[in-house]
Amino acid sequence: MGAGSPPSISPGEESHKLWWWIALAAIVLAVLKPVAPDWLVRPPVWLVWPLADWINAVFTFMRDDLGLMHVTRAFADGVQWLLDVTANLLYGKRRWPRLEDPIPWTVIAATAFMVGYALRGWALGILSGGTFIWVALLGQWKWAMETLSVIIVAAPIAVLFGLVLGVLAWRSSRFELVLDPVLNLTQSLPHFAYMIPVVVFIGVGPKAGAIVTIIFAMPPMIRMSLLGLKKVSPEIIESGQMCGATSWQLLRYARIPSARNDILVGVNQVIMQSLAMVVLASFIGMPGLGQKLLQLLQALKMGRSVEIGITIVLLAVVLDRCSKAWAERQPEHFEKGTPWHQRNKLLLVWAVLVVGLWTLAEFWPLAQEIKRTQAFTISKQLDVILDGFIRLVDPVTLAIRAFLIRDVLIPMRDAYLWLPFTAVLAFVAAVGWRIGGRRSALTVSAFVLFIAMSGWWDRAMITAYMVSFAVLLAALVGLPLGIWAAGNERRAKVGLLICDTAQTFPSFIYLIPVVMLFGVNDVAAIGAVVVFAMVPLARYTIEGLRGVPETLIEAADMSGANKRQTLWKVRLPMALPTMMVGINQSIMFSLFMVIIAAFIGTQDLGQEMQRALSSTDVGKGLVLGMCVAFMGLAADHLAMRWAADKRRALGID
Amino acid sequence: MKIKPMLLAAAMTASPMAVLAMESSDPIIIPTHNWSSQIVMSHVVGQIYESMGYNVEFVSTDSQAVYESVRLGDVTLELEVWEGAFGVSFNEALEKGGIEDAGDHNAVTREDWWYPMWTKEHCPGLPSWEALNACAEKFATPETGDKGRFLGGPVDWLKHDAERVAALGMNFTVVNAGSASALWAEVAAAEKRNAPVVIFNWTPNFVEAVWPGEFVEFPTYFEGCKDDPSGGPNPDATHDCGNPPNGYLKKAAWSGMAEKWPKAREVLGKIDFTNPQIAEMAKLVDVDELEPEDAATAWLEANADTWKPWTE
Repeated sequence: MGAGSPPSISPGEESHKLWWWIALAAIVLAVLKPVAPDWLVRPPVWLVWPLADWINAVFTFMRDDLGLMHVTRAFADGVQWLLDVTANLLYGKRRWPRLEDPIPWTVIAATAFMVGYALRGWALGILSGGTFIWVALLGQWKWAMETLSVIIVAAPIAVLFGLVLGVLAWRSSRFELVLDPVLNLTQSLPHFAYMIPVVVFIGVGPKAGAIVTIIFAMPPMIRMSLLGLKKVSPEIIESGQMCGATSWQLLRYARIPSARNDILVGVNQVIMQSLAMVVLASFIGMPGLGQKLLQLLQALKMGRSVEIGITIVLLAVVLDRCSKAWAERQPEHFEKGTPWHQRNKLLLVWAVLVVGLWTLAEFWPLAQEIKRTQAFTISKQLDVILDGFIRLVDPVTLAIRAFLIRDVLIPMRDAYLWLPFTAVLAFVAAVGWRIGGRRSALTVSAFVLFIAMSGWWDRAMITAYMVSFAVLLAALVGLPLGIWAAGNERRAKVGLLICDTAQTFPSFIYLIPVVMLFGVNDVAAIGAVVVFAMVPLARYTIEGLRGVPETLIEAADMSGANKRQTLWKVRLPMALPTMMVGINQSIMFSLFMVIIAAFIGTQDLGQEMQRALSSTDVGKGLVLGMCVAFMGLAADHLAMRWAADKRRALGID
Repeated sequence: MKIKPMLLAAAMTASPMAVLAMESSDPIIIPTHNWSSQIVMSHVVGQIYESMGYNVEFVSTDSQAVYESVRLGDVTLELEVWEGAFGVSFNEALEKGGIEDAGDHNAVTREDWWYPMWTKEHCPGLPSWEALNACAEKFATPETGDKGRFLGGPVDWLKHDAERVAALGMNFTVVNAGSASALWAEVAAAEKRNAPVVIFNWTPNFVEAVWPGEFVEFPTYFEGCKDDPSGGPNPDATHDCGNPPNGYLKKAAWSGMAEKWPKAREVLGKIDFTNPQIAEMAKLVDVDELEPEDAATAWLEANADTWKPWTE
């Protein structure tokens, strides 16, 4: 549709009819199931592609015949060397540069304070310094440093590679064309799927943890640098050219600095993604907080696990705020002739603090390290709170549980499993056609057809049923909460902070209380998923409603609309495209979380994924991962398409 | 920031390189998993090696995937190979080569259906399996209908509970938990409600110290029970028996270990823990709340008579 031309009526009507026919076909297929031939119900066995075998054959060929193993292992050894250095500095592993003692905690906490202060003043300084003091006082120092020693190596590598790939994609549109679907896929593959090849090619241990973190954190960096470079205005480049800059100079001194803000948003994303991997990467040997958390959960020590969860959230918030402050900071300019010590006052203060605290640590061991036995803990209190909470809501959940399982979930699951795959295929195509015409219909049905042909149809349907129910439930709770929170500035701020916390709090900790409340079954799994699915729904509702232009609301007020009318007739319709992004994100989050809910005990793709991980079956893991990814991508395609059309119709964007 | 630490780095304390001038100074890499006895035992052995002058590193790995890592030499050894849980993975790795059997511990392992003591109040005939079957409806949950629920371990532990239920004609449905934590969470919840529960459990395990309980007594295990239908109470079905009450607990080593660290490999062969010793290690962490490293040090101090001879 060309810009400016009035929306044409005729093609719309034509497709209107067509999507209706396809939907009818879906209904007919479903109704006729009892008499339909088997091949319409499930793809016949001889048609199912042995994808896992093919992938495994390719991987074996790459590993053994092409010798790719040596390349990956050499790269991993390089990463290992860097990890040894940071590990030695932060927690005193005996490798180069062979420190007698690691850096004292007081020095690191003071450094964190100074960084925060320099970037945004007292508040951020106290937050970041305080976080490290909390870590030290709770005796988590060594674990936190083990975690950070990996992130400090992984995040810069992810930034560097992301930037390089972003530049390459910007240079060559053909490369971008290849890269784009790859990025889509990697961003929707569940984490476990690519942990398996990493175990095969790299092995286990901190280096594997670092590399899986790099892979996971890179895609947003690539996207943001590409986006930033594309936005650079031609005037800047022209003036560069007039100065006779070479293309490298243009890139280094004109394009990248102009794209600075987007690139820094990418850096921020890398850091957040790295922290999100802390717990999952410990399945393949990442040391530190995540590993400790899994051990504690295994021994059902909830209080201590929550303490670690709080630490991870605090670290994430500090790193997020600091990197954002850094992104927004404008370079400082001094008058000519200002002496060095005045220009670098903060640096000097920091240096004095470091020397002072380091000397102190030499004489007073508590400033060097607080041992676990000397640390204080709030785990007992947390345990009491959690226990009280569970006893309080247990009668309620026990009653809900029986109802949900017998009357809602089991019938719903059976219905999903009962449906012939052809009916689902037709239904999805109809929805695709309705929303985005023929192209969308083809795209989404291709995704669904892949799942059918992969041989994991039933498992995938169970995943689909859990995700759809969880998102529905999350919408019922999350949307009203979001609307309420968007009511005024203060509530919105608190709401967004809660969203941040819920999102970075390690998901594994939720698994235990939901099992205690609901038992090992789908209710518990869905309960854990709902918590995560709610976050983006609430967040984008708040942001969408807050983003509605003031003038529109004023206009509604002036025409005499009351509060309710303004909400329903003006604010919600305007915010809907943004809220749709929230629903889309919610589906993605749910898909990831359903896979993790396999640790409660599910019968879906996640359970098979867990099996694939423990038997290091690369092919199976990737096929399962693609099934999950394609469900996500199909939902993503429809939601984004719909939101884009809506935006255009509303004249925003 | 970058230079200071190096300036402060004084000479490293010389480690006691007494025994091993000739052996590799590369670290011996010991894998740890997510249960406490194994972690403490790994640190105990690690500290024994360190006292002999070796470099030791620990890495946390998945307990099934670790056999592939041992085979490739990414980790050097494995201290707890449970017959029931890891026998299959271990044997598969043995066939592929690169890993070797480093002898058995004195300790024996048992993995089977288990219940915490309060369950007996609801079903007094326990521990016999017939009695359990008779009060099946007390174990019913919404998802299992009238049948009792047996909460099994994760599917990849490859227990044959469903086959056993079918072979013995039991009125139970097997529900698989996704992780050990989920099993314990169910027991903890059942304790709050004083509800009966029967789950998959094993010994040695910290759970024994938290919730006293018993294993269900099934028809005795016999050689061939899992392949040959003719034996056992049901002549037409396999798996009509309990698990062996005395499964092995082995050590495994990377094949290259003997060449690279011959003395350490010899010590590994001699290492031998008993059930009470393993329970003690787990208790130090799970009940006394020591860190695994400190628990290992405490254990070594208290049990010098046990481990000193291994190093000679």
